[in-house]
Amino acid sequence: MSTTTVTPTKLWSGGKSPFNVEYGKLMMWYFLMSDAFTFGAFLISYGTIRFSTNGWPNPNEVFKSYPFAGESTHAPLVFVSIMTFILIISSVTMVLAVHAGHNMDKKKVVKYLIWTILGGLAFLSCQAWEWNHLHNEGAWWGHNPFVNADGTASSTNFTNYFFTITGFHGFHVFSGVIINIIMLIMTLLDKFEKRGHYLMIEKAGLYWHFVDLVWVFVFTCFYLV
Amino acid sequence: MEHTVAHEEQNGGAVKEIIKVTIILSVLTVVELILGFWMMGMPLDSNMRLGIKGAIIILMMAKAFYIVGYFMHLKHEIKNLIMTIVVPLALFAWFIIAFLYDGNSFRHLRNTYDPHFKAQQYIQAPKKEEGKIEKKEEKKEEAPKTEEKKTVE
Repeated sequence: MSTTTVTPTKLWSGGKSPFNVEYGKLMMWYFLMSDAFTFGAFLISYGTIRFSTNGWPNPNEVFKSYPFAGESTHAPLVFVSIMTFILIISSVTMVLAVHAGHNMDKKKVVKYLIWTILGGLAFLSCQAWEWNHLHNEGAWWGHNPFVNADGTASSTNFTNYFFTITGFHGFHVFSGVIINIIMLIMTLLDKFEKRGHYLMIEKAGLYWHFVDLVWVFVFTCFYLV
Repeated sequence: MEHTVAHEEQNGGAVKEIIKVTIILSVLTVVELILGFWMMGMPLDSNMRLGIKGAIIILMMAKAFYIVGYFMHLKHEIKNLIMTIVVPLALFAWFIIAFLYDGNSFRHLRNTYDPHFKAQQYIQAPKKEEGKIEKKEEKKEEAPKTEEKKTVE
């Protein structure tokens, strides 16, 4: 990390950007912090309720299927792993798009943005399948067809939290895809070439990585632990 | 554009870093999944299971570090911006621990002082052939049976 250490002689005289970042980028960071608290509040609430109850469904018994599988499939963690990798790879393509933007390489920006959008759409499709599959088994807000791991009757807390939190996350993925599509259109229209910088892509990239980061936490809390 | 040569050298480094972090993230995810699969064979309240859950959470934190530090570029920013993000998140960790501890305490207190709550965990849900379990039916069935089940236990 070799940042040039400029002695701040006249810090408040203007002409200097706080933290040496562009205004929009700093605001995006602040927004992401607020969003992190919102997701965090949801997840902590889920954790508190789960810790305060004696029994909870075993995720390996609930989430055990994948598209085009048979009725009696028992393949826990398989589908959600695929979803996780899709999102991680889409994050990587987003980093590469931002990197191409630094080099003012419009063609590569377009290429990597398209891959990121496709990754986002693939994730949303997987999540939609998962929701539909669970709904067909009788799960929804207010309806929990699963029993606890120890065989006792479960409450609707399980499905309420699952659908609310993954729904909130899915909504963020969806809005992220929309933002990336807008970024793609702006890139194709040479808006960034004219500006001389691709900083907007970087901000969209921050949002996309945040979405990936939240999934890491959601996936761990609901499927793994 | 006398910086082009330096930029090219930097670029090669930047792409390398991206690939390196991608591999690290993939490895962390695979290890998490392996631990998840390993955990499946264990009894539900074993200490080993709890230990593996702790390990998974540590791996999750490592993933968060790499995504925020390298993909979101935070590691290369000015220290004060890093602090702006990291300090509230450290307080957040306190938030998590406090509430999970609270939830746990709530469960212990309820188990100690609320006999109905404690009894619930010994009543098996009726096996269903088709359709959803209706919560209202459950409660009606449990009330008279509670005393009987207690003596059996």
